[in-house]
Amino acid sequence: MYIPVNDMLKHFKQDAPAMANITHKSDQWSPYHDNSGTVLAVGIPGAVIVAGDTRLSNGYNILSRDATKLSQLTDKCVLATAGQYADFIALRKFLQQRLQLYEFQNEVQASTETVAHLLSRELYSRRFFPYYTFNLLAGLDENNHGVVYGYDAIGSYDQMTYGVQGSGQELVVAVLDNQLKGYNKINKTIPQTREEILDIILDCFSCAAERDIHTGDNVEILIITAAGTERIVKPLRKD
Amino acid sequence: MLKHLYDTDCVTWSPQGKLFQVEYAMEAVKQGSICLGLKSNENVVLCSLKRQPSELAGYQEKQFKIDDHMAIAIAGLTADARVLCKYMRTECLEYKYTYESHHPVGRLVFKVAEKSQHKTQSGAKRPYGVGLLVAGIDPNGVHLFETCPSGNYYEYKCQAIGSRSQAARTYFESWFHLFEKSTLEQLILHGLSALKKAIMEDEELNERNVEVGILGKNQKFVHLNAQELKDYIAKLETFNANTQIQQE
Repeated sequence: MYIPVNDMLKHFKQDAPAMANITHKSDQWSPYHDNSGTVLAVGIPGAVIVAGDTRLSNGYNILSRDATKLSQLTDKCVLATAGQYADFIALRKFLQQRLQLYEFQNEVQASTETVAHLLSRELYSRRFFPYYTFNLLAGLDENNHGVVYGYDAIGSYDQMTYGVQGSGQELVVAVLDNQLKGYNKINKTIPQTREEILDIILDCFSCAAERDIHTGDNVEILIITAAGTERIVKPLRKD
Repeated sequence: MLKHLYDTDCVTWSPQGKLFQVEYAMEAVKQGSICLGLKSNENVVLCSLKRQPSELAGYQEKQFKIDDHMAIAIAGLTADARVLCKYMRTECLEYKYTYESHHPVGRLVFKVAEKSQHKTQSGAKRPYGVGLLVAGIDPNGVHLFETCPSGNYYEYKCQAIGSRSQAARTYFESWFHLFEKSTLEQLILHGLSALKKAIMEDEELNERNVEVGILGKNQKFVHLNAQELKDYIAKLETFNANTQIQQE
């Protein structure tokens, strides 16, 4: 017999601790869905590496194993977004349109710093109905060195050398702190070459896929340099 | 001549059924420096002669990208051209935002024509003083359109507008049957040959006063840079339309 959720507690003793942890879905419709997944970006002199898994989920369901979280906005910068996919698409469309207009009006592509600020303002313009997006903007600065900007949902941003967003954020950022900055590391060897950093990134995603159910399937990596963009796709756990 | 009785504004017809203001606007187009366009099955090429107001000045740009798949070449009042250019760019951006695909060329040309016609039916407005050659590629194929201050528009295989454009059109009349199957390089050389017919005795084509833009089914709109222009102009010496016939 179906017992309405709100009445459940009446059928158990008040001090039954197990039942105190019941979390039940609110009956109200929510405009937000978390499609999860993990993205990260690392900036190094001469290049920036952006990576995101390709799994799209909704709760315990997988919606797609092949959905990109990365969007190249200009020759020099890439947007990586975790959170709600629909908001990612809407945000990406807005930025693509706005940046093409910028290019027409200024006869040159927007610099990464400009795009970073534009993104912040667009996110804040929705302060009272936010884009459910957790963004990283990764690109080359005016000297063609890699920079990463990290955002919250309403546009607060800051420049970083590396950043992680999404469901695997806590798992991965701790590893990067250790590997790229040498925090809590006994032998402080910092990787210098692009290949070493790529290996670390692939390992990070493998680790995240092991423990985070929302991360997996494939990892898509974009490497932006002054010479162009390179794309690598590697498989991850599919369970 | 009693023209002056009927040419004050756009809302007055002449007894011969003409709107003189619109005709005068078309004159402005004929005064602009020449620009021409030609298309094959795969590509469209726009060639223009850039005017330099004085030795101290730069050369006036004549070709503007509207979107990856579309570009215009202008003849006439540049300021009016900028207004139309901005309008076309905005329309393309909005279309892309809504439909995630490129604005069909013919439909955008129709919108421009409608806007132009609007200016010919009001006492308080004047027609745009610029003619556009619109080059574009969409799923319907490869297109070259001409728009007029009158609000008319036409589709062409090749066309030239502006000062001394008749000379270029005469060249086209002789050779346009070759264009459909031409390669991109041949198309550019035909365009430059036609342009050469339209320059004055003491002028010459060089990489500063010539502007060439190309569009292809797999080629976004792009201008040829100075070095490429130099190379093509050099190739003009040995280019002969007859050799193209012999090859086929």
